Amino acid sequence: MRGLTFDIAHMLAGSLVLISFLQLYQDRLYALLNVFALHAFVLALSVAWQAYVQSAPHLYVTAAIALVFKAIIIPVALHRIIVRLGIHREIEKVVGVGTAMLIGMGLVALSMVVMLRVTTGADPLAREDLAFALSVVLLGLLMMVTRRNAVGQVVGFMSLENGLVLAATGAKGMPLVVEISVAFSILIAFIVIGIFLFRIRERFDTVDLQALDRFRGERR
Amino acid sequence: MSLDAVTAVLLIPALAAALLALLPGYRATARLNILATLLTFLVALSLLFTRPAPGPYLHVDDLNNVFIVLTTFVGFTTSVFSASYIDHELEIGRLTPTFLRFYHAMYQVLMFAMNLALVANNIGVMWVAIELATLTTVLMVGIYRTHEALEAAWKYFILGSVGIALALFGTILVYMAARPSIGEGLDAMIWTTLMERAASFDPALLNVAFVFLLLGYGTKVGLAPLHAWLPDAHSEGPTPISAVLSGLLLNVALYALLRFKMLLAANPEALAPGPLMVTMGLISALFAAFMLYRRRDIKRMFAYSSIEHMGIITFAFGMGGPLANFAGLLHMTMHSLTKSAIFFAVGHVSQVKGTQRIADMGGLTETHPVLGWGLVLGVVAIAGLPPLGIFMSEFLVVTSTFARAPWLAIILVLAILIGLAGLFLRLNTIAFGEPRGPVAEAKASYVPMFAHLALVLVAGIYMPPHLVAWFQNVAKLLG
Repeated sequence: MRGLTFDIAHMLAGSLVLISFLQLYQDRLYALLNVFALHAFVLALSVAWQAYVQSAPHLYVTAAIALVFKAIIIPVALHRIIVRLGIHREIEKVVGVGTAMLIGMGLVALSMVVMLRVTTGADPLAREDLAFALSVVLLGLLMMVTRRNAVGQVVGFMSLENGLVLAATGAKGMPLVVEISVAFSILIAFIVIGIFLFRIRERFDTVDLQALDRFRGERR
Repeated sequence: MSLDAVTAVLLIPALAAALLALLPGYRATARLNILATLLTFLVALSLLFTRPAPGPYLHVDDLNNVFIVLTTFVGFTTSVFSASYIDHELEIGRLTPTFLRFYHAMYQVLMFAMNLALVANNIGVMWVAIELATLTTVLMVGIYRTHEALEAAWKYFILGSVGIALALFGTILVYMAARPSIGEGLDAMIWTTLMERAASFDPALLNVAFVFLLLGYGTKVGLAPLHAWLPDAHSEGPTPISAVLSGLLLNVALYALLRFKMLLAANPEALAPGPLMVTMGLISALFAAFMLYRRRDIKRMFAYSSIEHMGIITFAFGMGGPLANFAGLLHMTMHSLTKSAIFFAVGHVSQVKGTQRIADMGGLTETHPVLGWGLVLGVVAIAGLPPLGIFMSEFLVVTSTFARAPWLAIILVLAILIGLAGLFLRLNTIAFGEPRGPVAEAKASYVPMFAHLALVLVAGIYMPPHLVAWFQNVAKLLG
């Protein structure tokens, strides 16, 4: 039984890393949102599994938040925003797909090396979880860096945050996980509302951040 | 939880925020805002004399007491400045009464979040509080809703969120490091427990955690190369918010960093956090000093000056030891007071001149003598000239470094001198020379500005022995 527990947790966490890679090469906004919904769904499964394994019922709340809020509400809302604001459907990227994937692999290797080396004392499940979580975090950062599009950056940030939730649930018995995931949900809601309410498109004609950069720094 | 002073420091701003969100009428709410911050300050002062025992969520010790008193004091004076500032903003129609209500409520929420981050005895609560403070300041920075304000808010939002996310990862790692020794659950996130047992933690995990925490909270301190949000956020938001950002929020983030530094220092096998902080601090100071030269926007210029000083403070704390810590603490206090005084002056200056462009505001000492000389005094102070307080603290930082690492001290002195020259170059245009722009009388309240500058001046000449003893005690705590 113990072997199975470990394998399922391992598989779910590993899938999150794989889906992060999937996100990395999407070049259509709708497809990106769909992949992100999948990301959040797998996260919900993984958290629920941890809740079951650690018999920590409060983690089910975190899983429910991930499922309802991040896998359903946010993608739908962003979808609508894209339609309403008439944003370009294509995502401009700073580097090509191949380069991004290679950098991504490098980052995953880095997080494996770092995390597995420093956590020799911890139990194997927490170790692997932490290593995968750091990979997801770094891939999310990479996505934010390589996207010029505001919605793309937000999705990158959300997948980064999924990695954090994975880490927090992997740390056995960590208190405040639910509170922290709620705090993060509020943060994300603010970002999404911000895109919409500030009507970045209306004011800047695009949600492409390069266009925003025209105003940056020492103007006039 | 019974009602003690620590709870009151949190409760007053929280209640005031709710009240201010409901009440109409901006004059009354501005006064209420002042009253609430004054009350918070008085309660914070009472913490100097009686201190409740640490609980699982809140605690006060010598270290955070310095920060709390400073935060509530500058919060109070800034609310006084803010009242006269927003009067003008309403007159020219930059803010509407509805937004003002929101502004005041957010001001109190920000005070609440900063106080919570300071008194939190729990690394998770501290993280949530700093996130809350970030969110409220993002909203305040974007309050004018111009292109620039929105872009600044967006940039701040994204960079701040990434920083906060990295800090959370570090926080989780600290918990993981503490768990084997302390056991599962809340205890492994409580500062007082963590500090007691730090020696038994896994050093490797602590090291990695500190790197994440340094990057995460370092973003919020505004350390180079993670400072990109700071100049925009300072220049585009309302000036009272610039004053609070520079004077207080950067300190709060630094406080979080210091706590974790102490945690690492308590573990003999973990890496020394000092050199990392020294490097980042030195890079920030040097970089920001050079950046001062090409600034055309007055608020951006002082934002870069904030980066420079946060760099110096981080450097001092990174050097460690009783003397350098003392100097860092003193420098932090002096910088908070001086920089907020400067922003008070800058706020009124940009209002009477109707612009933030340095080129359009010449001859200030002739057109608005009180304001002009106030600004000159502030810049003299921030540049680190005697006899003002910052000279003394910078002098202490430099001399304590010279004794131990002369090369680092030389770089530091270079940064300070380059920054000084850059500031005076611009000050020359602003304060002296041909008068430019409108000459209308300023309807300003000078009290907060001169009160701060007077404090800085007094501190430069005479430090009360009680204060010195207190700071020395804290410096010893910091290790």
